[in-house]
Order: sequence, then structure tokens, then C-alpha cells
Amino acid sequence: MNHLDLLTFARGSALNWALIIFTAGVVLRLFEILGLGRKADLAKPRLDSPGSGWRTMFTRSLPPEGMLKRDPVTYIGGYVFHVGLFLGIFFFAPHIEFFRSMTGLGWPALPSALVDASVVAAIVALAALLAHRLNNPVKRMLSGFGDYLAWALTLLPLLTGYMAYHHLFVEYTLMLALHLFSVELLLVCLPFTKLFHTFSVFISRWYNGEIFGRKGVAS
Amino acid sequence: MSATLAKGINSFKEVLDAPIASFFSSCVHCGLCAEACLFYTETGDPKYTPIHKLEPLRRVWQQEYTLLGKLGKMLGLSKPVTDEELEEWKPLVYNSCTMCSRCAMVCPVGNDMTYMIRKMREGMAASGHAPAGLVSATTRSVEIGSPMGIRLPAVKAQMKHVQDDTGIEIPMDVAGAEYMVLMSSMEIINFPEYLAAIARIMKQAGKTWTLCSEAFEATNSGIQIGASDIAKVLVQRVVDGAEKLKVKTVISPECGHAFTALRWEGPNLIGRAYTFDVQHILEVLDDFRSAGLLKTSGFEEARLTFHDPCQIVRRGGLLDQPRNLLNLVAKNYVETKDHGKMNWCCGGGGGVSAIEEAEPLRLQAFKVKKAQLEETGAKTLVTACANCRIVLEEGLEHYHMNIPVVGLTELIAEHLKEGE
Ligand code: SF4
Ligand code: SF4
Repeated sequence: MNHLDLLTFARGSALNWALIIFTAGVVLRLFEILGLGRKADLAKPRLDSPGSGWRTMFTRSLPPEGMLKRDPVTYIGGYVFHVGLFLGIFFFAPHIEFFRSMTGLGWPALPSALVDASVVAAIVALAALLAHRLNNPVKRMLSGFGDYLAWALTLLPLLTGYMAYHHLFVEYTLMLALHLFSVELLLVCLPFTKLFHTFSVFISRWYNGEIFGRKGVAS
Repeated sequence: MSATLAKGINSFKEVLDAPIASFFSSCVHCGLCAEACLFYTETGDPKYTPIHKLEPLRRVWQQEYTLLGKLGKMLGLSKPVTDEELEEWKPLVYNSCTMCSRCAMVCPVGNDMTYMIRKMREGMAASGHAPAGLVSATTRSVEIGSPMGIRLPAVKAQMKHVQDDTGIEIPMDVAGAEYMVLMSSMEIINFPEYLAAIARIMKQAGKTWTLCSEAFEATNSGIQIGASDIAKVLVQRVVDGAEKLKVKTVISPECGHAFTALRWEGPNLIGRAYTFDVQHILEVLDDFRSAGLLKTSGFEEARLTFHDPCQIVRRGGLLDQPRNLLNLVAKNYVETKDHGKMNWCCGGGGGVSAIEEAEPLRLQAFKVKKAQLEETGAKTLVTACANCRIVLEEGLEHYHMNIPVVGLTELIAEHLKEGE
């Protein structure tokens, strides 16, 4: 198999299978969570915070007072990483082209240099967060194989994407194929690892906001 | 009722629901919840990280309710939860969690650890891993009627005492009264001022009220230990009493956990909505205030600060009421840093104050309160929970701080206009 064949495979059946497993996995996990259901709350709710669940989905992205100072690396590293990754995925011109080819939907891209910088920032943030995870006693205690796996799975697409864009080390066609494979690996693993928080965070934040909203403590 | 591991695991399986599954799925092991928990911040010991306290429950969830976990279990790859492990977790689930919910305000993915601890305790109790102090408090509640072993004659003695003191008759079992007043044991034993305060405030407001001989105790140790069957029996007493006397509103005393038990858990325990309202005493007082039924005179001159009881503010929604009331009677009122819904717990909620072996840890955790208080330079500490009050008094004494702790209801009563 030459590099072009590999890329064709990565773009073709490998991608299709990855998307199928990803979609099925996400549906399964959502079903596993929501399928457990919950009992209706019979206590009369306070009425002063309607929509608290929906608001919490967004407001929980901000650090509560005093928290930023307690753990700046986690907050700042977390923001830089998430924003960088988001821009890298959704605002890089070739990616948008790719989404357009798949879904017919397109949107304006950001200048490549800016996307490039945001990806570098995301990679640096990931490195800092890993160092923090290894150094901070709480994080180290909480972390297991799954956490480091999730970290590596996230780093690979960023790294291979960066290398492909800058034509570093490996022949471009091969690098592009590797980039696609790394993304496919991420997609396949996402539903079954910590990375599933990409979806479940909206559910857990909603429950939090809803539970506290009923008590009149809106977020 | 014999407790076994199987019963405990079964109960874990029963309490696991969609919110908990979403919480465990979302946790990114960022450790931020630890930074919100006084047991971690004051000890620096990572084992007090809130989400870590739930680890056995998480594993049962993973092994029973996720595809990968089930596969792992089938292949013998997963570590089953054992009695030894639960015994090891006992001090984490009980001694070092006051169910204060501060961590739930902070977790970036929105995990509500208190919701989970409350449910996890069901399995801990069912498997025989609840602390002795809570077990005996719960037994006394069922057999005698109150966790501290107080019987009706003690209540009657206090009624008489208050009657003699205030010259106001204390009503008992008066059908059709608007309010039915409950107390916590702590108030009956340690703070008779509370009942006197209620009598004077009700008289001034011109409201009818009553105590109930069959239901005078508001606290519910069934909830703190994690035994919903017992919690239900205790709530049912109050419901029966209130419905028999046909009162409109049951007033929960200044005890925060009593309020949580009656207001938020009760209807779910008995499986139906109440036919009456439940209000915390501060809600009642603030209603009186805004209706012009609470007339006070004079102001406290000393620098005062307020300790927000977790169950009343963060888990009860009473943020403004205590402040409205304080401003009626205090000129020099200062807030602590992190007040309101981010206030730090006294360290004794959630049953912790009833667990003897938890005392050294509780006093260590109190350092955060100490620092908060010192920063305000307050000369008097006001609060609105009898349990907080005892715990605060003990902590202040331990650290040789000479700051009196006052209940807000009594403070208001002290300033009632005489003769109205
Ligand atoms: S703060 Fe939330 S996401 Fe972070 S470790 Fe604690 S429970 Fe998990
Ligand atoms: S509820 Fe309070 S005491 Fe319990 S883990 Fe959370 S912050 Fe700590």
C-alpha cells in the first residue's frame, strides 16, 4: 500500500467505520445514562429561578468567585486548551471544506496563521495540564489509565495536524493519513472514555442547575 | 434488620439514577471539587476530595450500568466492592462530608456530590458501615422520638418554663392554628430562648400557632445516616400531626438539616405532596417583616457577622431573608468573604457533629471558619441553625476565640417592640 492508498483508506472506509462506531457509541452511552431515569421530585419547587438547568449549562463554564486563584493552571490551561481545540477543529479552512463535502454546510474560516497559533496554544496547554496532573496530589490520586489515555488521544490529532500543516518530518500524504487515523481513533474511543464529557457535561450541568434551581439557588 | 454487603450493593444499584450516571460520566478528574471542600483545604489530604468519597458507588455504577463495565465484570477484570473497602470509606462518606454542597457549586461539569453522598449513605447503612454515633441517634429517634432522647415531658417542662418567663401561654395541640411549630432537640435542651422567641413574635404578629404533642422534633437522622425507611417514619409523624391539627403551615426550626428533611425530602419519602406548606422560621419572619407584622426597636451596636447555614442558603434558597432581618436590628453588620451561597460550612452538618470519632477532623476543618471570622473583625456571630451554633461555639472555644454565637430568631425577639 502506498501513501496515497493509505490516505484513500483513511478518507474512505476507515472514516466511515469510525463515524458509525462513534455515533452508535454516543447513542448507547446517552441511553445508558438517561435510561436510568429518575424519580419525579414531589417537593414543591421554589419559583424564583426558572430555566436554571439550561443556564447552568453555560454559566458553569465560568469559575466561581475565588476559585481561579486556588487553581489557576487548571482553569487557564482548561480554557486555552478547549478554545484552541475548538478553533482548530471548526475554523481551519480545509476542515470546513471537509465538513461541507460531508454535510453541505459551510461557514467562514479563520486565517490559517491564527488557527495555527491556537493549535500550538492548545498543545502547550495540554502539556501544562499533564504536568499539573502529575504534580498535584489530588489530580494524581484521581487519575488512572483512562485519564492518560484520554490525554494522549486528544494530543495526537493536534500534533499530527500541526505536523501535516507545516510539512514536518514525514511525507505530506502519509502525515495527512496519520492525522485522519488519529482523529478516527479519537472518534472511536470518545464514547467509552472520559472524553464522553463532551456530551455528558450538558446533561450533568443541566441536572445540577435544575436540582439547585428548584431550591431557589439558581446558577 | 441485619446489614449485609449484598444489601448494600443492592441499595447502591437502586439509588443509581440518570443524574448520578451523568455525573460519573462527566467527571474529568480535574480535582477542583477538592479546592471547595473544607476537609481537603484544611488538611491537604487528597483522600478528602469530594468525588473520591464516592468511588465505591462509581464502581458499582460502572460495573452494573455501562457496557464496558459489564464486559469487564464478565471477564473478571473489574475489582468488586468489598466490605473492607466500604469500612475504609466510612470516614470519607460520613466523618468528612457535611453534605454542604460547596463542591457542587464549583465542579465545572456540574456534579452534585451531595446528591450522590446522600444516596450512597443508603448503601453504607444497609451494609452496616454507618458510624456508631449516627446509628444510636437514629435508634433514639425511632424509639423515643428524638435523636437526643428527648421525650414529651421535657418539652412540656420547657413550655412551662417559657410560660413562666414570658407570661405567654404556649399552645399545644390546638386544631386549626395557622402555624405548627417544630423544634430540634438541640433547641429543647440547649436553647430554650428559641421557644420564648417564637411565643413573643407570634403574639406581636397576632398569629395563631401550636406545638404538637405527637410531633415536636424536626430533625431527621434517618436522612443523615442514609436510611430512607426510617426517615420516612420520622417525616410521617410530622405529616400526621400537621394534618390532624389541620394547620396551614409547618414551621421548621433554625436547624438546617431539619429544613432539608421536611421541605425537600419529606414529600419524596412519603410518596406524595403535603397538604400544608413548610417554611423555615426565617421565611416566616421575613414574611412578617414585609407585611409590617414585625416591629422592632433599637439596634445592635457591636460589629456582627452572619454564618450562612449550608442547608438554609446553598441548599435551601434563603439568601436574602436573613439579611433583611439582620438589617432590621443591626447597624454594624459585615459579611464574611465567601458569604451566601459560597459560604464555608461550620464543619458539623450532615450528621458529622453526632460522630464522636470525627471531632478532631471537624476541629481542624474549622480553621477555615476561624480565618473567615477573624477577617471580619466581628464581635458577635449570628447564625440560624441550632446545630451550626453548637459546632461554632465548640470551634471558637477550641481556638480560644471569645465571640458569642447568637441565633437570629432570638436576636429579632430581643428587639421586639414591647407592649405591642
Ligand atoms: S470538580 Fe467535578 S469534574 Fe473535577 S474532579 Fe471533582 S467531580 Fe470531577
Ligand atoms: S458536600 Fe461539602 S463536605 Fe461534602 S464533599 Fe462537598 S464540599 Fe466537602
